[in-house]
Amino acid sequence: MGQPEDILLELNKAVLAGDEAGARELAGRALGAGIAPLAAIDGGLVPGIGEAGRLWDEGEYFLPELVAAAQAMKAAMAVLQPALAVDGGRRGLGRVVIGTVEGDIHDIGKTLVGTLLAANGFEVFDEGADVPPSRFVARARHVDADLLCASALLTTTMSRQRDLVAAAREAGLRAKVCVGGAPVTQAWADAIGADGFADNAVAAVALARRLVGRDA
Amino acid sequence: MDAVRPMLRLFTDEQVDGIVDDALAVLEATGFYVENEEALALLAGAGLRLDRGRAWAPPAAIRRALSTAPARIAVYDRDGALALDLGADRVHFDPGSAAIFCLDPRTRRRRPPVTPDLVQLAWVTQACDHIAAQSTGLVPSDVPEALADRWRLAVALLNCRKPVITGTFRKDAFAVMKSMLAAARGGEAALREKPLAIFDCCPTPPLKWSDLTCQALIDGARAGIPAELVSMPMSGASSPVTLREVVVQHAAECLSGILIHQLACPGAPIVWGGSPAGFDMRHGTTPMGAVETMMIDVGYAQVGKRLRLPTHAYMALSDAKTVDYQGGLETGIGAALAALAGINVVSGPGMLDYESCQSLEKLVLDNEICGMALRLVRGIGHGSAAQAPDLIRQVVELGSFLAHPHTRANFRAELLSPGKAIDRATYGGWEKAGCRDAADRAADEVQRILAKGNPAPPPPELARELRRIMDADARRLGLDAPPPLA
Repeated sequence: MGQPEDILLELNKAVLAGDEAGARELAGRALGAGIAPLAAIDGGLVPGIGEAGRLWDEGEYFLPELVAAAQAMKAAMAVLQPALAVDGGRRGLGRVVIGTVEGDIHDIGKTLVGTLLAANGFEVFDEGADVPPSRFVARARHVDADLLCASALLTTTMSRQRDLVAAAREAGLRAKVCVGGAPVTQAWADAIGADGFADNAVAAVALARRLVGRDA
Repeated sequence: MDAVRPMLRLFTDEQVDGIVDDALAVLEATGFYVENEEALALLAGAGLRLDRGRAWAPPAAIRRALSTAPARIAVYDRDGALALDLGADRVHFDPGSAAIFCLDPRTRRRRPPVTPDLVQLAWVTQACDHIAAQSTGLVPSDVPEALADRWRLAVALLNCRKPVITGTFRKDAFAVMKSMLAAARGGEAALREKPLAIFDCCPTPPLKWSDLTCQALIDGARAGIPAELVSMPMSGASSPVTLREVVVQHAAECLSGILIHQLACPGAPIVWGGSPAGFDMRHGTTPMGAVETMMIDVGYAQVGKRLRLPTHAYMALSDAKTVDYQGGLETGIGAALAALAGINVVSGPGMLDYESCQSLEKLVLDNEICGMALRLVRGIGHGSAAQAPDLIRQVVELGSFLAHPHTRANFRAELLSPGKAIDRATYGGWEKAGCRDAADRAADEVQRILAKGNPAPPPPELARELRRIMDADARRLGLDAPPPLA
């Protein structure tokens, strides 16, 4: 091994296998072999995460495998990203800032949505849980996000989604705001003026594609 | 001779001891997180090592807390009669609690509950013979969020005699809810003597005690109001994936809660409970109807029993979205296993959709399931020796079993008679009644119960006092007075 195509193939396999350490190391080796960062992403990461997404769709892959693949991709991206020109990062289908609202520490559903979005070609910035509106807004502005996705798992924290919509509007963000979480409904999303609602991760991908204009 | 009490056990005693040892090792090596100043002060006072909200507990501290927690907790209904005798293998069912939706009987789709739905839940719970306690089972959408937890309790106390499984959503709720319970019981001392409610306290997996939960533990302990630990590790999501290790993490979370609780007030009543789940690796959901969820429940209950604590589990419920086959099968298996495991408080009947939706029709059907489960664990009684040959000889020689004095004396206790929601008719009888299915029959039964009005009308002074407490609380919070209570 050492030929560029071999490295990319290995990188591809490492992402598919959810091998975080391997993906990180191979990304470094790709740069060392003179492969352009964008070529490494297109040739090594995208096919790997795409295949993971396909296996998920077919029922072969379960959440642990899918999340591990996304983490391996993220680890490799962390190596490749600094080598990209400042605004030369590819946007994929679009940039998504995602997190669980302030006061709420449930992050499984949010992580699942972020993972599936990444597997479907979005560039995802996961802010974690307990995220105040100000941090959502600052991050969305910093990365020029297309979508801002907020999860709430409690009836008592749902109202923070309303705060977030207000903060995003006030800040004049161009990002569309999407909400989800167990107690959240389309009626709630409408009531708070959110741009989108999905009640599961697969629906969230369809919603995101629609909102960035990739689907009718 | 007594009947054999059938029991389901998933571990040997030695294996349970190993699980407890592992849990103690977790609390000593990894420790647990506490976000409440008062709890941290209690732990510091007990000599625990603390560092920025993290505490490490030596096994001796946990053992000491266990030695003061009582093995039996008696809870009484609104009239002062013993309703829940928690301990040993005595089983009691209550409706699953704190649903954010109810299943609309007309549309058969979920919707946010309003106060009349809470009233109806209390009425139907009162009518369900095999359900021993009520729960504040619905979160009302027509009162301000800041009042929702106490509002549920007021509605429960005014519309059902059974004791209440409840909890707080906010730190300031406990004092208000305690005053409501004291009003119903006739003073705080009487309430301590005869508890009327149990408060759920939910740690956050893994191993974290939020400010709210700590406060509920501490306030409850000091008031002598029983606490119920609801530890909820999810296999492979918020705990290790293997079921034994889920039980270990559950034990570690509960033991750290018992430590805080017993430090606040040694000897205060506390229940070993939970709502763990076998995580669904495709949908990212927490199926309460999964067999692994039930296995974790039965397993941790065995640990609680070994520690001589009353036990609780969220079983006898389903993840179905409507009153259907899945709803019945998951609820039925869960209720039977919970009864066979001898779990003292089994919260679940009526519940659908991952503990998020209550259905009155399902509650009526689940009441039948609870009756079957309770009958099962009563076992088969043993009459006196030679009774059978004598009885059989008499009847063969003299005629019918049906009208025999022995039959008449025993059939009611021996054979459970189901309610109208269960179909025991002949095919012709079923056709004649309109070919109705279980959900249809349950809907009829619910309407029959509701038509009778409040089955547990409160003393007028209690209604006035609860109204006064709610209005004063609304004023204190600067909110509009909430809607009528009944």
